[in-house]
Amino acid sequence: MTGTGTTTVEAAVAGTAPRDAVARVERLHRGRRIRFAAVCLGLALVALAALLLSLAVGDIDVPLPDVWAVLTGGGDPGSRFVVHELRLPRALLALVVGCCFGLSGAVFQALLRNPLASPDVIGVTSGAGAAAVLSSMAFGLSGLALSGGALVGALAAGTLIYLLAWRGGVGRFVLIGIGVGTGLVSLRSYLMTRAEVTEAQNAFLWLTGSLNGRSWTQLWPLLGCVAVLLPLTLAASRGLGALQLGDEAAAGLGARVERSRLALLACATALVGVGTAAAGPIGFVAFVCPPVARRLLPGHGAALVPSALTGAALVCLADFVAQHLLPHTQLPVGVVTSIVGAPYLLWLLARANRVGRGG
Amino acid sequence: MPRTPSTTTPAAQAGSDKETTVTSQHTLQARGLGLGYGEREIISGLDVELPPGRFTVVVGPNACGKSTLLRAMARLLTPTAGTVLLDGRDIHHTSTKEVAARLGVLPQTPVAPDGITVADLVGRGRYPHQGWFRRWTAADSEAVGAAMLATDVLDLAGRSVDELSGGQRQRVWIAMALAQETDVLLLDEPTTYLDISHQLDVLDLLTDLNRKRGVTLAVVLHDLNLACRYADHLIAMKAGRVVAEGAPSDVVTESLVHDVFGLRNTVVPDPASGTPMVVPLGRHHVTSPAPQ
Repeated sequence: MTGTGTTTVEAAVAGTAPRDAVARVERLHRGRRIRFAAVCLGLALVALAALLLSLAVGDIDVPLPDVWAVLTGGGDPGSRFVVHELRLPRALLALVVGCCFGLSGAVFQALLRNPLASPDVIGVTSGAGAAAVLSSMAFGLSGLALSGGALVGALAAGTLIYLLAWRGGVGRFVLIGIGVGTGLVSLRSYLMTRAEVTEAQNAFLWLTGSLNGRSWTQLWPLLGCVAVLLPLTLAASRGLGALQLGDEAAAGLGARVERSRLALLACATALVGVGTAAAGPIGFVAFVCPPVARRLLPGHGAALVPSALTGAALVCLADFVAQHLLPHTQLPVGVVTSIVGAPYLLWLLARANRVGRGG
Repeated sequence: MPRTPSTTTPAAQAGSDKETTVTSQHTLQARGLGLGYGEREIISGLDVELPPGRFTVVVGPNACGKSTLLRAMARLLTPTAGTVLLDGRDIHHTSTKEVAARLGVLPQTPVAPDGITVADLVGRGRYPHQGWFRRWTAADSEAVGAAMLATDVLDLAGRSVDELSGGQRQRVWIAMALAQETDVLLLDEPTTYLDISHQLDVLDLLTDLNRKRGVTLAVVLHDLNLACRYADHLIAMKAGRVVAEGAPSDVVTESLVHDVFGLRNTVVPDPASGTPMVVPLGRHHVTSPAPQ
């Protein structure tokens, strides 16, 4: 090492970095922020395009200028009815539900440090499903009350997993979650076998995750919940950067490990709960969106906001495809997302086995 | 949150060759400490104090409780009895963030999230200095730049931590601990997985930190001879008790090493530093009979 090099290092040890080192750090930091903003903007534009597409295209095509006129409060009564009453609530619901799933999945995967640990894999979504089937079969609930039941189910499953896995560490959380999820799926299947055919068919449609026939009635309560949960989740995510380094390192950095983790898990569980309550368990969205977002922003940690935007864009696009793929039939959106998600799950499992990290 | 006042003097910042000792004002001590995992008690009634501004090394055989002690001193483990006092205040009754501004710790097995870059990981050391709404500031860049330069990882700044060698990765973790800018730093086996030259790099770096910035250090080490050479203050532990503590040249003797490690040995002066050097004696390859 040269003489000047030693002096530089000694100065650095004493806590002052030469200007070029600081400039380098700032340049990296600025580059990261610009890239983050650019990716978020790009994803938001994709989501916006998906929204406009679903508003404009359908049995009756509404030209984009007319869509714009309706959105800004004008337009003729015909396109107003089609866009505002039929398509807008459904498309907005798709965006908001996708946002909930994407964000929730990103929080779960980052917190549990496992790409398999999304709420639809570890049993939170199954909790919502079992509770929804139970409330429709046993209590005859439907509509918003059924959604409420699903939300309670997701929260109950999340609480159960947390209590069982508590002190067991992050790895146990995933295993217990999968166990609880399997149990809940069995419970749901048992309830379905006891049901009337029409009831079972309705429940099954809900369980696939569908946005068919959604209106403003389903949208408003969802928007209310999300308006509270979104800021809460982002606020709670402040400790996530530390928590990702392991419990001890996080505690050393002054994070309140258990409290932060509980807050984040509660928010993420509630998000997936309200999303599922509104649209049913749309498969694989929470599972697939975070890795897509992380791939777009390598080295950016949990990528919560990009993952939420990916979710919004994905569900909106998938619902558009589901509506128009087959003539005269509307597929449930969950079918389309599963077609995307299932191969990814298989690929992930195959890869995990190869690198010797079985999940 | 205001930055902690630095104890660095301008003379030390200039990096003069004179080895100025800037003594940190912070004290860290354990009183009547009892520690255990579940039912199993590992340490009981332990009193120990880190001399402020000195380089303390903790040695002892496997499972003697040295890591447990370090974790308790860093409030990562709640004692079953007794207290740990940072500047005279119970560390478990002080806000954890307030502690984190004065005391840093590098645990034995921290986890690097998949794909995280070096600069990002080091930047996470700034956590205790950032508030709910406080964003990245010039002070953060300064601390991160200095930490990466001191550990010689600045050239790796944009690389992914996954791609680094074990030695590079260890230096990145130390950089993260440095970026926290604390006056007390506890490190649990920071030289594990490193080859001998990187072990020396790390210990030299820590010595620089101690001498130039007056950082109080407590480090758990496995290598007795490096411990003897680098420690101002050595704590030898066995079965949850402190068997001996003091300057290595005062406490390290053949009988102490035999007592602590159950190892036949002979102690000679280190030809490079004059500190005690422990020569282990096994059953084979020993030409002269052991003195014990």
